[in-house]
Parts: sequence; structure tokens; C-alpha cells
Amino acid sequence: MSGSNSTVRLAPAAAILRHTVLLVSGALVLVPFVWMVSLSLKPPGEIFRASFSFWPAEFHGVENYTNALTEAPLPRYMANGLIVCALILVLQILICVPCAYALAKLRFPGRDLLFGMVLVGLLLPHQVLSLPLFILGYQLGILNTYAALVFPYVVSPFGIFLFRQFFKTIPDDVVHAARLDGLSELAIVWKIMLPIALPALIAFSIFSVVGHWNDLFWPLIAVRDQSLMPPPLGIMAFKNEEAGSDYGTLMAASTLVVAPLLIAFLAAQKWFLEGMTGGAVK
Amino acid sequence: MSEPLAHSSVSDKRSRTGGVRTFPSPTASPARRRASTEALAAWTLAGPAVFFLFVLFFLPGIGVFVIALTDWQFGARSLSFVGFANFGEVFADAGFRASLVNTITYVLIIVPGTVVLGLLIALLIESGRSLRAFYRAIHFLPFMATLTAMAVAWEALLHPTIGLVNLTLVAIGLPTANWLGDENTALPVLAVIGIWQNLGYAMVLFLAGLKSIPQDLYDAADVDGADIWLDRLRTVTLPMLGPVSMFVVIVVAVRAFESFDTVKVLTQGGPGHASEALLYTLYRESFEYLHAGYGAAIAVVFLAIVVTLTLVQARVVDRKVHYQ
Repeated sequence: MSGSNSTVRLAPAAAILRHTVLLVSGALVLVPFVWMVSLSLKPPGEIFRASFSFWPAEFHGVENYTNALTEAPLPRYMANGLIVCALILVLQILICVPCAYALAKLRFPGRDLLFGMVLVGLLLPHQVLSLPLFILGYQLGILNTYAALVFPYVVSPFGIFLFRQFFKTIPDDVVHAARLDGLSELAIVWKIMLPIALPALIAFSIFSVVGHWNDLFWPLIAVRDQSLMPPPLGIMAFKNEEAGSDYGTLMAASTLVVAPLLIAFLAAQKWFLEGMTGGAVK
Repeated sequence: MSEPLAHSSVSDKRSRTGGVRTFPSPTASPARRRASTEALAAWTLAGPAVFFLFVLFFLPGIGVFVIALTDWQFGARSLSFVGFANFGEVFADAGFRASLVNTITYVLIIVPGTVVLGLLIALLIESGRSLRAFYRAIHFLPFMATLTAMAVAWEALLHPTIGLVNLTLVAIGLPTANWLGDENTALPVLAVIGIWQNLGYAMVLFLAGLKSIPQDLYDAADVDGADIWLDRLRTVTLPMLGPVSMFVVIVVAVRAFESFDTVKVLTQGGPGHASEALLYTLYRESFEYLHAGYGAAIAVVFLAIVVTLTLVQARVVDRKVHYQ
């Protein structure tokens, strides 16, 4: 698909107008990123002297980024984010994919009811459930551990829904052939269906990791120890601690937290757009 | 007599389950045995998901309603049912009412801002061929970026004395403001950040909508003499984008209702109650003041709003697409 539906070759004037408007709006959108990076390279004195210049008169980037990596335990926050996102994603896949396969390819009493449950789950904003989930975490004695950060998300109604929709498009013959080859249902799920559903797997993984890397609400409730904080909570804690006195380091820390996802996005735009919009964009 | 009866009951079952198997089965029992093995396999595969859906979604969902009917406070050893007293208290509380009004105001700024800007940018990108991916990527960046970290960057931009915004205003001779510290500007500024974050998302959805408009319609419009870009826009593009627009409006509205990070990081709801938003009030009452019953009542109100919006969306989408 070239997607050239509404494309007519634009008159030069119109083309110039198009580029001008998009460059200006694009530049405006980028201002917070640019300002963040700029401050992360400046020494405190220069930040408080307040100038328009992007590039620092005295380069202080090394100090700011070193501070961010040592004073604010940023490597710790990032490692926590990585561990939590990975645990959530692996558990979600292990739990959601077999269920999605059953919903898409098997006939059993209660299937419609189960799918209805998934749709209702899809409807519930997670923040609404935070109080009972907090109590549950307390009862299980897992608050203020990695488990507290992970457990509310081990099943994803959206994941089940997405994989079910994809599995539905796979012909039944594929499943029948696998059964004739003597594969168990579980083997069919992991060895046949999931590899075919790789696009759905990638889209869902991006959706999940981006969502949980960026989440502030639940970690704020679930953990208190600095050593367990994922990046957004860590940034907030560092900001409160510093009380605005060390802007350069705070900006360096923010830059480092934002960078991995933005770089991954720029490297694999198409996948990210698909994942972040729930498959609405191909 | 028993033979045809058995057959009819099997075919009944088949037609109820969708009637996919069209071959006549000579004997009923192997088919039934296959059906029961299939059911067993299905429930085994779905079992973990069913268990966790129940424990992590349905019990908490019921739990929040139950807690909302009690006067329970975290840590308290006893509680009693107080009926709908919490809801009465919630709506009588000036703080909550401010929070509700703020959130609605916030949504009413973010939704039109995001939808109009997202649509304009999508139309501009799609109107030419060059640099499409580049423009799309730039405008989508804020949606990917960790909002907590970007809120910190916005705070620096909006700083009363050393922020770029006020520096610029001074340079061109306009009055400055203490954007986040003034009760007249705090909420609109948070809304602008919300627009900044979501417009790329709206843009991407609109781009997908634009791609799905059949070329025939443009050809027909050309025959009818709609050769100017604006004519095509008015006669074909905008009418065809109707359903997508509705979808974008609802999705952005739900996201706006759920905004929390910027409030928590930048204003803590202040000054006064000027930028207090529902989810922040819910968080503070539940987890800082430990008013569990009161917090749960807010959660129920919040749920009612979001579910209503989502159901409206499901109806709209259902008219366009059927999940099969």
C-alpha cells in the first residue's frame, strides 16, 4: 500500500507550506526534549543565569551524567524497570497465549462467558482496582518487593484479546494438521501458533513494556524502598530529594530514562506504531 | 426409536455450537468424547488466565464497591457498613467537586485540542509524499516518552525566572506568569502538556483512517469537479473520517480522565485545589490519607465515567467492525 489516496502532486507553493507548517509544529513538539538535553549539559551557574543558548558555554555534561549515574542510583532504577517489565511480559505471554488459543480454536462450554470476562476486564481501568489490589498485596505479604510491582499485571485482558484476534485468522487446517502429527494442544500453542503470531507478539510486547516502563501510579503505591523503584518513581524521588538545586543532574537522569524507548522507537517505528495503537495501524 | 433421537440431539448441539462440522458422524459417542477432551484441554489452557482474571480483576472489582459502602480506614481493625454515606460525603466535599470540575475542564481542553491538531498534522503529512515517516516520528515522540521524566523537563521550561517560556515572553515583550504556581494557569498548563503528549497518538489514528479511504471516492469526486484539495477534503476526506474521529475523541477523553503523572509531579493538585484531578484525589485519599472507604467511593465514580465512555466507543466501533 503506497497509501497515496489523497495525494495529488502538490503545487510548489503548497509543498513549501506543508513543510513549513510541519517543521514548525515538529520543532514545537521537540522543545521539551531539546531543553531537557540542553540543561543536562550545563553547569548550575549557567542554568540559573538563564540564556537561550542550546549549547553550554562551559560543558558540564560529563559531570551531570556521572552524577545521575552515581548520586541518583539511576542504574538501579533502570535495572528495576528492566526486571519488572521483563517479568510482567513473560508471565503475560505464558498466561494469555494459551487462553487466547482456547478462545480462538477450541470449542467448549463457557467459551462465550470467558470471552465476555475478558471484554469486561478490558473495560476496567487498572487504577480503580488499586485499593483492593493493595490489600491483596498486603495480605500476601509482598508489598515493597518486586512481586508487588508485577502481580497485578500477570494477566492482560488486552493480550488475550489481541492474540485471540490473530489466532482467528490462522486457518483451522493448520491446527488439524498439527494434531494429525501427534502434537499436544500445548505444543500446538507454543510450537505452531505463537511463531505464526509473531507480529502480534511483537506488537503486544511493545505495548506492555512501554506501558510498564512509563507507569508511575502503581509503583507509587506498591513500593517504598529506593532500591526497588522503577525509573519514573526514581526520577520523582530524586527530584523531591534535590528540591530543584541540581537541575543539570535531574535533567541528565530524565534524559537517560527517556532515551531507551525513544531510540527503540526510532529504530523500529512501524512496530511501535502498531503496538501502541493496539494494532489499529499496520 | 432411540437411534434417530440420539442423532437429533447431536445435531442440535452442533447447530448450537456454530455448526462448523458438516460431516455426518456415524456414531455419536466418539464425537462426544472428542468434544469433552477438547473442553478439558480448553479449560486447562485457559485455567491460569481464568484464575488470575478472577483474582486480579473480578474480586478487586467487587471489592472496590464493597469497600465504598464501609467506613473502613487502612489499618483499622473494625469497619461497619455505612450504605451510600461515602458517596454523599464525596459529593458534598468541595475538594472532590473541584476535582471533578477540574477533570472535566481538563478533558474539555485536551480533547478538542488533541483531535484538531492531530487531524491537521495527519492531513498535512498525508497531503504530500516526502518526509512522511520523519514527520510522523517527530510528532509521535511525546507519546512514547516517560511522562514523569518529561514533566520534569516541562517544569524547567515553565520555571518562573529561568524557564524558556518566560524568557521568550520577556524577549518579545509579553507579560510572564508563574505558570504552575498560579491557580488561573496551573490547570490549563497541565492540559497543554496533555495535548502535547497525546496529539501524536491522535495523528497516527487519523493517518490510519486516511489510508483506509477508498481511492474510488476521490476519483468520483474528481469527476464531479472537486479538483481542489479543499473540495476533496470537504466532500470525501472529512465525511469518511467520521467514525475514526469518534474513536479518537473517546480514546483521548479516557486518557485525559486518567491523567495523573503530571499532577503528581508538577502541582500535587495545587495551588489550593486548582489542578486537582480525579485520579490524583483518588490516590491521595486512599493512600496518603488512608481513607479507604472514601477513596473507594471516588474509584466507583471514576469507574462509572470511564466505563460509560468506553461503552459509547464500543457501540461506535461495533458499527464499523465486527470481531470475528
